[in-house]
Amino acid sequence: MQQRRFLTVLAVGALVVSACSGGGSPSPAGPGAASPGASTPAVSGPPASAPAPSASGPALPTAVGAGEGELTVLAWPGYAENGSTDPAYNWVTPFETQTGCKTSVQVFGTSDEAFSLFTTNPDKFDVISASGDASLRLVRAGYVQPVNVDLTPNYVDIFPALKDKPYNTVNGVHYGVPHGRGSNLLMWRTDKVTPDPTSWAEMFDPSKPWAGKVSVYNAPIYIADAAVVLMKTKPELNIKNPYALDDAQFQAAVDLLKAQKPAIGQYWTDYALQQQAFSKGDVTIGTTWQVITNLLQAEKPPVPVKVIKPVEGATGWSDTWMINSKTKHINCAYKWLDYIISPSVNAQVASWFGEAPGNSKACALTPADQSNCDIFYANDDAFWKDVWYWQTPEATCVDGRTDVQCKDFDAWSKAWTEIKG
Amino acid sequence: MTTTAPSAESPGVPSSARRRLAAALHRRPRLRLGLLLAGPGGWLFLAYLGSLAILFLNAGWSRDAFTGLVKRDWTLNNFAELVTNPLYRTVTLRTIGMAVAVTVTCALAAFPIAYYMARVASPRVRGLLVVAVLMPLWSSYLIKAYSWRQILSGDGVLNWALTPFGLHGPGLDIVGLWLVLTYLWLPYMILSVYAGLERIPNSLLEASADLGGRGFMTFRRVILPLAFPALVAGSIFTFSLTLGDYIAPSLITTTQFIGNVILSNFGVPNLPLAAALSLIPLVVVTIYLLIARRLGAFEAL
Repeated sequence: MQQRRFLTVLAVGALVVSACSGGGSPSPAGPGAASPGASTPAVSGPPASAPAPSASGPALPTAVGAGEGELTVLAWPGYAENGSTDPAYNWVTPFETQTGCKTSVQVFGTSDEAFSLFTTNPDKFDVISASGDASLRLVRAGYVQPVNVDLTPNYVDIFPALKDKPYNTVNGVHYGVPHGRGSNLLMWRTDKVTPDPTSWAEMFDPSKPWAGKVSVYNAPIYIADAAVVLMKTKPELNIKNPYALDDAQFQAAVDLLKAQKPAIGQYWTDYALQQQAFSKGDVTIGTTWQVITNLLQAEKPPVPVKVIKPVEGATGWSDTWMINSKTKHINCAYKWLDYIISPSVNAQVASWFGEAPGNSKACALTPADQSNCDIFYANDDAFWKDVWYWQTPEATCVDGRTDVQCKDFDAWSKAWTEIKG
Repeated sequence: MTTTAPSAESPGVPSSARRRLAAALHRRPRLRLGLLLAGPGGWLFLAYLGSLAILFLNAGWSRDAFTGLVKRDWTLNNFAELVTNPLYRTVTLRTIGMAVAVTVTCALAAFPIAYYMARVASPRVRGLLVVAVLMPLWSSYLIKAYSWRQILSGDGVLNWALTPFGLHGPGLDIVGLWLVLTYLWLPYMILSVYAGLERIPNSLLEASADLGGRGFMTFRRVILPLAFPALVAGSIFTFSLTLGDYIAPSLITTTQFIGNVILSNFGVPNLPLAAALSLIPLVVVTIYLLIARRLGAFEAL
């Protein structure tokens, strides 16, 4: 009897331990993280010939030496595929073969997650694919270093529309190489939502039959999506830039999102979870990325979904590959930057992720069904006129107004928690 | 034997020093105990209480509004935010409500099973039941949460099974979450109630019967009071595990619980506010443990 009681106590104790460790497992935000042999010790190359990087000033590397044998990449899902999602899409392994830089990849679901991962592990990641709402924060906080674009020969072929933008170049100093751009899109299940929507309004109306099945991107930056809608529906608010919202404009956007709350069936940051929800019918309409639509249409049987950029325009992204200011693998990092924007690799990323490549020569290399990347509007500047690339809101209005204070990102993130209730 | 390996040396040397040390320790049992506990105790103190102290310190720091990085300037703003923003009150109450609901359903579901295991089943069946209760714990928490997502989802197996009867499952919402959390933590409750019921001596039940107590009377006046501390002990698990969970809520619902709010502040990043928010479940669990102690739960563990 005694012994049995003791055993029970022991068993319960063991269970508690297992429960605690279970609760501490990786967050659901990143189950797709792929790391091919992350812990394999690298073959160390000869000493780096590039001079030590400096976080500020003119001390840019002047040459790229032999690789250090190792590289850790923090990327949007789909930007650094190593064949684990689809064996046909693998540009990480060829990079490793070419350069000897053993590459491990971690993915993230939002810019905030990326920034948080990068800054809380300041030595870990050598390069990062940063959207505009993370890049400037990284620059200001000193986590990324200036990049000598002469050392990335493919830089010259990047579309001029992506170069020298406030989110990748500060005071004439480049902080990375442009990678490509895309637009957040409206996706719906054609069997559940009819007629075909043309406007974001379908997602914001709780009286629609698909209310409760709306899928929304879970990040403070989504407030800008509401602002884009308001630019059309409430012109009297006079919103010129969805990232520059003064008190009244901001309040209107927040109110719109609070009214939308009952219609929401899912907040997503993990693309796989949104894919699953659309596939299972838990959500039928929502804001998405082209890659998710592609994955749904590639399911067997294909999920009947369509996707558009609605009439109001959309938020979007223009991404930059940046280098950690504390990297110990500067040569591998430069090699990666040049490799990832090279025409053929840039074309593969564009084709897989469904976004416009940054390299103008990539279009000739995209698969036939993407017809020279017309489908991505890569060189169609008119298409991008109403695409508002993510950027971090600041108190000094980013649209240039000086007579008012805008809501800064702090206010945005607080409001986002409140919107979710 | 010119080389002197340390291992060969120690038995050969007349270890008077060692013997004196042993004797000294023998005379001082408290010192002996102290040395024995110094390792694990120190670890507990540093790693556990130390991290809590750091958490508390973090909650007093401010941050840069643009980059979100921590600045080591003291501020009480984070605590003020907790108190003044009604959102956190709502979320806290919602989380406590869910924890209470899950605890109550776990207790109701666990008691009959545990009772059967402890007092009715033959030893063979009992062994099988213990294995059956423990079995779900062999698979990962994440796998179970994801599977429940599949079960509850629109085209999921639950709706498929209920549709012929004109019914509909709880769906991916707060009721569904209640179900999932009850499922997840039920084994902890069963095991601790089982342990409590098992140690009730049969003689007490016989005495109750001799005094004219029928089944229900014996249950109400003898078994339940004796098993109650074990119920409370089990509730510590169900309550505190629900209170801190953020993965199941984010997988199943669109509703925020305290863990989700902490996580989203972690992502912004607003670490000081996240640290301040973490103190809420800490305080709630501390209060809960104090109540549980008064109810005798720690003797029942």
